[in-house]
Amino acid sequence: MSGSGEPAVVFESVTKRFGDRKVLDDVSFAVETGEALCILGRSGTGKSVTLKLMIGLLKPEKGAVKIRGQNIVDLDEDGLSKVRRQIGFLFQSAALFDSFSLNDNLELPLARMTKKSKEEIDSIIQATLDDVGLGKDRHKMPAELSGGMRKRAGLARALALDPCILLADEPNSGLDRVTSSEIDDLLLGLKEKGKTTIVIVTHDVRGARRVGDRMAVLEKGRLLAIGKAEELENHENELVRALVSEKD
Amino acid sequence: MVAIQRYLEFTGKVGLFASHAVCRAVLPPFEVRMIFRQIEEVGWKSLPLVLASGFAVGLVLTLHTRSSLLRFGAEAMIPTVQSLSFFNEIGPLIAGLLVAGRVGAGIGAELANMRVTEQIDAIEALSIDSFKLLVIPRLIACIIALPILTVFMDVAGLTGGYLVERSISHLSLPLFLEQAFSQVGWATFIPPTLKTAVFGLIIGLISSFFGYTTDEGASGVGRASTNSVVISSLLIILSDVLLVKAIFFLFPDSAI
Ligand SMILES: Nc1ncnc2c1ncn2[C@@H]1O[C@H](COP(=O)(O)OP(=O)(O)OP(=O)(O)O)[C@@H](O)[C@H]1O
Ligand SMILES: [Mg+2]
Repeated sequence: MSGSGEPAVVFESVTKRFGDRKVLDDVSFAVETGEALCILGRSGTGKSVTLKLMIGLLKPEKGAVKIRGQNIVDLDEDGLSKVRRQIGFLFQSAALFDSFSLNDNLELPLARMTKKSKEEIDSIIQATLDDVGLGKDRHKMPAELSGGMRKRAGLARALALDPCILLADEPNSGLDRVTSSEIDDLLLGLKEKGKTTIVIVTHDVRGARRVGDRMAVLEKGRLLAIGKAEELENHENELVRALVSEKD
Repeated sequence: MVAIQRYLEFTGKVGLFASHAVCRAVLPPFEVRMIFRQIEEVGWKSLPLVLASGFAVGLVLTLHTRSSLLRFGAEAMIPTVQSLSFFNEIGPLIAGLLVAGRVGAGIGAELANMRVTEQIDAIEALSIDSFKLLVIPRLIACIIALPILTVFMDVAGLTGGYLVERSISHLSLPLFLEQAFSQVGWATFIPPTLKTAVFGLIIGLISSFFGYTTDEGASGVGRASTNSVVISSLLIILSDVLLVKAIFFLFPDSAI
């Protein structure tokens, strides 16, 4: 169904409203397979909404959202569930299951969505948690973790199923520079090793420049600009230049 | 007018929610582990509350009926009256209301919190059916746990009653039991106990509905919890009226 040259994610004139407030207004762009796109923008401009549209948690009023060529807007629950199997999603709030330990947070999708043996699942959980630096916290409950640790745990859960598309809402927020760049290394590794398509919402320009092949800037629900960092640096719009510039 | 409209809207939504639950419940996969987890949560953890309340109500009730029956010289009827009132009505109804308070508030708040903190979205994002994982196990657990809790309530109540009788009239246990069960047949015991499965259904359905469908930030959690308790308690009492009528109709024996 999906050819190899097809973009992994496509937005075609997507408009999203909450009540009579337009949160996204006629947004179109495409993310190529294996590419990393970083979405920048001021607070409240619809970045998280954009990510949620990509996984069908929200439905647009107008336009099409295509994942590997398939329009997911009108899919029923079963169809949506098939699409979601290919996607890992990190929520801005991490959204860990707070009555489950870290281990169980990762085990839940692994045990249900794969046919792997208990030992295999065990070693995947350990390896994924090691990747995000939480190997020793495996049996802790989410309430015992710091904000940054929760974020990393959420990322581990998103990666546990080895998705071909990773959608991450502010993976570096609440992290110090060193840990933050470790997370960037991890994301870079995914892209190089596994050809994972990555869409990241972030406020961390340094990280975005390292990990992202291209950047997109959202403002008040409109896509102001999309392109390589160097292009956006010389963009005519001042806000775009300010958001993309590394200088504080 | 507005009240009627809101009432109809609410009924419709709960109806849809219930039919969704039934459709989902009969399709595999079955969340057996989650069901056991919830039975522990709903049943086992409510047991202390149910036992303590049953015992206390048994004590008080015996003291009251005792003084009334003494006036008519019907002292020997005390254990019978006690057991009949417990098996028929007091056990089922109080167990239902207690569980509505404890479990209804718990389920309402827990699911609402999961909704508000995006945990339900996270389950969906993992392409797991959140309805199956969260709602149906709670529903089944409530339906299974309530009749069992009711039996414990009955036993605790009779124990309380016996202790009062014993301390006042030195009635022996075998004699107490003989009198207590002289009028209790299967028809007086089984239908009222099983009707609490309906109470369980009400508690599970209403509190899951308020929790799962909440859509207003943190304040929604408190509201979902309160609504769960208020509406499920109310519906338990209303349905009890209908169920008692239905039981009398179907089992004329039990209407002595
Ligand atoms: N479920 C919802 N119901 C109503 N309004 C919503 C909902 N989700 C988001 N919004 C509104 O949509 C707008 C965009 O929200 P969004 O979460 O996408 O912002 P954001 O760009 O991610 O901001 P931040 O950088 O602060 O996370 C906000 O004004 C918000 O109030
Ligand atoms: Mg956001």
